[in-house]
Amino acid sequence: MAKIHVTTTINGAPTEFLCDPSQTLLDVLRDQLGLTGSKEGCGSGDCGACSVTVDGRLVCSCLVLAPEAEGAKVETIEGMAQGDKLHPLQKKFVEMAALQCGICTPGFLIASRALLERNNNPTETEIRYWLAGNLCRCTGYDKIIHAVMEVAAEMRESAK
Amino acid sequence: MTDIQFKVAKTVREAASLMAAAKGKGRILAGGTDLLVQMKAGMVTPGTIIDVKKIAEMVSITETKGSYRIGAATPAAVIGEHKKLRKAWPGVVEAINLIGSTQVQGRASAGGNLCNASPAADSVPALVAAGAIVTIQGAKTRRQVPVEKFNSGPGKTTLKAGEIVVSLTLPARPKTSGDAYLRLIPRTEMDIAVVGVGVSLTMKGDTCVSARVGLGAVAPTVLLVEAAAKALTGSKLDAKALDAAANACSAACRPIDDKRGTIRYRTKIAGVLLRRATAIAADRAKGISRPAHSQQGH
Ligand SMILES: Cc1cc2nc3c(=O)[nH]c(=O)nc-3n(C[C@H](O)[C@H](O)[C@H](O)COP(=O)(O)OP(=O)(O)OC[C@H]3O[C@@H](n4cnc5c(N)ncnc54)[C@H](O)[C@@H]3O)c2cc1C
Repeated sequence: MAKIHVTTTINGAPTEFLCDPSQTLLDVLRDQLGLTGSKEGCGSGDCGACSVTVDGRLVCSCLVLAPEAEGAKVETIEGMAQGDKLHPLQKKFVEMAALQCGICTPGFLIASRALLERNNNPTETEIRYWLAGNLCRCTGYDKIIHAVMEVAAEMRESAK
Repeated sequence: MTDIQFKVAKTVREAASLMAAAKGKGRILAGGTDLLVQMKAGMVTPGTIIDVKKIAEMVSITETKGSYRIGAATPAAVIGEHKKLRKAWPGVVEAINLIGSTQVQGRASAGGNLCNASPAADSVPALVAAGAIVTIQGAKTRRQVPVEKFNSGPGKTTLKAGEIVVSLTLPARPKTSGDAYLRLIPRTEMDIAVVGVGVSLTMKGDTCVSARVGLGAVAPTVLLVEAAAKALTGSKLDAKALDAAANACSAACRPIDDKRGTIRYRTKIAGVLLRRATAIAADRAKGISRPAHSQQGH
């Protein structure tokens, strides 16, 4: 089968890859580019473990075809920390134990960042709806929601 | 896996000719939130996948003299962020914004929702109530059909070979109009409608001067319920008119029994939702703001 040559930008780095026409972005990220932070939970857009942003939009990478990344800017969990310096959301998730097994965590972090970039003063209800497409089977969600609220409060404080 | 081709169309005409060239094995890729799930499940095996998201006309929203044209592949999130459209057609926008999660909203389109032809598609009852017109491009010509005539059964559209949907047009209407969409699902998010009702009204003082009602998930296709609209039109939306309209919705139901709801339950709920959606649409027509449940997170 003819492979497609794709030129894209992943976490700010120009990246090229070859893929099959019906391969998903998630498969290429994980299996070809070694970016295994994005997880495959359901493979059908229900669980959000594969969340990434494409041109700033939060999406499930399991429901994006790899050739669609042509010319796009893709952001994955691997681009969230700056070297050893964790993103405030990552730090807060650790501090407040907003994770247990960790499979859903990259998706929650990417989705939470996308929310706080748009709105640094979300209500608890807004956070819960925004994150309704991210499933967690360990935490019961409360710790995650509270961590996001804390980070939002810190963002507002430092913006003063 | 068979030899699948991936093409990016640059114009509507090119997309239509690629569809024609694929001889029935072409599939338009809008947000892919139905298509990819179906491909993974082995339910569809396209010969050619045609991405239409590089075609400006298909991913933009334009307004001309109060009428809105929504590109068929415009992501739901983009539609929800369009303040003027949200103000003009709150019911249509809330219906589109109910589709899936934030992640799904980043990709899912109204055109995809319509072409996937699920009887429970959330945007369709609101589009039917709005009187939306579907613009279709074939290999040579364009044509338009009212949205309620577009689907012919579960998973079936009236598109002919080589035709694609370009856009959906919402007509201009008087300022004293309002619309609303309500669905019943067993959860508050991420589920398929048991019943969905779209209502669009134009008021003159306390009197309803025109109405349209779209009813989803209770028949093989989304229904335009003319008897319900007739019961509301000319009334002050009093108890008698609402009873008649609710009964008309229940009478129009030809639902299935499934794990989400029995025939009796769906039939009853169709009437209940008609009353509630009518109340919201009427408030909006009078300029009383009724925030959409789906916009809490946006
Ligand atoms: C997790 C999840 C939750 C969901 N929740 C809901 C929900 O709450 N309510 C709901 O109604 N749906 C829901 N869906 C289904 C789906 O998201 C919607 O139907 C969506 O609107 C499809 O749009 P799309 O752009 O992704 O379509 P695609 O998958 O790109 O296309 C769908 C079908 O239509 C065809 N098509 C698309 N555009 C055109 C065109 N312009 N011309 C001709 N053919 C075309 C495609 O070839 C394909 O067969 C959900 C899906 C997922 C994965």
